[in-house]
Amino acid sequence: MPIIEAKGLARTFTSRKRGGRPNAVHAVRGIDITVADGEIVGFLGPNGAGKTTTLRMLTTLLTPTAGTATIAGADLLRDPVGVRRRTGYVPQAIGQTQGGTDNQCKVTEELLDQAALYRIGKDEARARAELLIGQLDLGGLGDRLVKTLSGGQRRRLEIALGLVHRPPLVFLDEPSTGLDPQSRSNLWGHIRGLRDGLGTTVFLTTHYLEEADALCDRVFIIDHGVIVADGTPDELKRRISGDVVSLRVNGDAGKARELLARQPVVRDVAATGDGESGDNRDGDGGALRLTVFHGAEALPSLLRVLDDAGITMTSINLSRPTLDDVFLTMTGRSLRDDSPSAAQPADAHPAEAQLAENGSDRG
Amino acid sequence: MTFIDDTLTVFRRQWRLSMRNPAWVLIALMQPVLYLALFGPLLTRLPAGVLSGGASAGTGGGGTAAAYKFFVPGLLIQLGLFGSTFVGFAIISDWRSGVIERFRVTPVSRLAIMAGRVLRDVVVLVVQAVILVLVGTAFGLRAPVTAVLVSLGFIVLVALGLASVSYATALALKSEDAFAPLVNSVVVPLMLLSGIMLPMTLGPGWLQGIARVSPFRYIIDAMREAFTGTYGGTIMLEGVAVAVGLAIACMWLGSRAFLRENT
Ligand SMILES: Nc1ncnc2c1ncn2[C@@H]1O[C@H](COP(=O)(O)OP(=O)(O)OP(=O)(O)O)[C@@H](O)[C@H]1O
Ligand SMILES: [Mg+2]
Repeated sequence: MPIIEAKGLARTFTSRKRGGRPNAVHAVRGIDITVADGEIVGFLGPNGAGKTTTLRMLTTLLTPTAGTATIAGADLLRDPVGVRRRTGYVPQAIGQTQGGTDNQCKVTEELLDQAALYRIGKDEARARAELLIGQLDLGGLGDRLVKTLSGGQRRRLEIALGLVHRPPLVFLDEPSTGLDPQSRSNLWGHIRGLRDGLGTTVFLTTHYLEEADALCDRVFIIDHGVIVADGTPDELKRRISGDVVSLRVNGDAGKARELLARQPVVRDVAATGDGESGDNRDGDGGALRLTVFHGAEALPSLLRVLDDAGITMTSINLSRPTLDDVFLTMTGRSLRDDSPSAAQPADAHPAEAQLAENGSDRG
Repeated sequence: MTFIDDTLTVFRRQWRLSMRNPAWVLIALMQPVLYLALFGPLLTRLPAGVLSGGASAGTGGGGTAAAYKFFVPGLLIQLGLFGSTFVGFAIISDWRSGVIERFRVTPVSRLAIMAGRVLRDVVVLVVQAVILVLVGTAFGLRAPVTAVLVSLGFIVLVALGLASVSYATALALKSEDAFAPLVNSVVVPLMLLSGIMLPMTLGPGWLQGIARVSPFRYIIDAMREAFTGTYGGTIMLEGVAVAVGLAIACMWLGSRAFLRENT
């Protein structure tokens, strides 16, 4: 039996502005999610896609406006306490509410209090707190007030809080936001260890596609409250069926785009530009992204087409599709494009780095 | 029972947090102590009989003893009124930091999240009330121990109800900017109509009429009666009935609202 089975889960927020008509936000529009025991599942989507709302429904914090779910054997609506007993939740650190730690508490006190809420005995709680402090690299911070922690240390404490009771299922909402690369890979190791050692099922949201790629057995992509794709990272990449050719032309990119789109080996052409303004759809930025069958063989013929038309290129790059390409294809935008203000990694994978570069040398 | 265990778990955490800065417990006493020091002496000069208007007539003459037997119960109620209605502010910041949601996803009783806090507030208020009575004694209050215990009982009832409503309201509003004016506009008239500073019987008929709606009016009268050493009269019965009724109604309302607040 799957550990998460959600059917038609939906949530609409109605906010009433003074004097105005009620304003409905359809945050999640009837999604189905099935997760098997012991899976590590990634939940991807741009800002405002409905990830947090979904997690808050699955953790009994928010009543769904429609739909049902069974979580770790307990019915979401009829047995919320059963769900709470068997799940852990690490909330998003930034949002309407924060990650859930109290400035005036000490690190160890937070862990012990959390254990008490799950009615874990004192000695056992102490042992688990110590273990988690070690595992999440909080050594030596046990007696520090939370308000004195760095952002990443605080985040690691919040993650530890969600794991104190060793739940069979844990929801992590952007666990790695604010972590340095080393803490992040340490966290990945810890998550894999949870699954391999305790059989824990992990359901996590992330904006870091390389995180989903490296860590997750399966990913769901959500956009505008709808699941637009799900599968293993490899399946999704294969679904794009083709390789990605990124190139930059001098001059008439619009014409280049037209020419290339006519080639039978080209499945799809998109202008990538700097990715921030919407005005580069016609390719005036000069950067194009092609999805091509058998890229290596197709490349020479594509070059010839452009050459014949007198269009020269400044760069060309052939790569296997990444999850970001999947994302781009599924949602029509790159994960990085959506919100410059959101916490985004500076150390993104090559496809993203290239986009950033393209942007800077034009400006 | 799990609800009681959960309440105690929450209470222990909140108590520990309060004791991290115990100075606040004393700072909250500044206001009533200032009243005691700077306003109380005015009352000692009033002619005999003026202050006994609201309570039983047996107080006898004016002077220091009568003044403080009149004034300290008023200050105790004022302390309870302010101390318990303002607790809601803390839960707004707890909500914002995510602590409330963190507790809500654990199997702990959701009502205990509020009850543990209310219990902490009651204990803090009782400590403050005891200190206030001791300070009052230093100024010249002479009250029977039973009267002090009865007053503490009233304070506990008031705090149980008002703190519950305060938490539920604050959590529904989720904004200090909305909560502060709301609290002030409720508490200040209630306080003025309760006859904390001067007996309501000094007022014109219409004011006395309005004052009848303030539940604290009855509670204060009962406390003042206790301070004169009478415990069995109608005034006491009325006071107890109002205090218990108020506590039950407010706790019921507060917990319902607190549980409904699910988003
Ligand atoms: N309490 C609320 N009232 C009104 N609208 C809300 C509320 N909570 C969320 N929304 C809206 O629902 C949508 C989904 O929000 P949600 O927080 O689930 O997004 P998300 O995928 O987690 O985004 P992010 O990556 O930024 O965390 C957004 O449009 C948001 O504005
Ligand atoms: Mg979110």
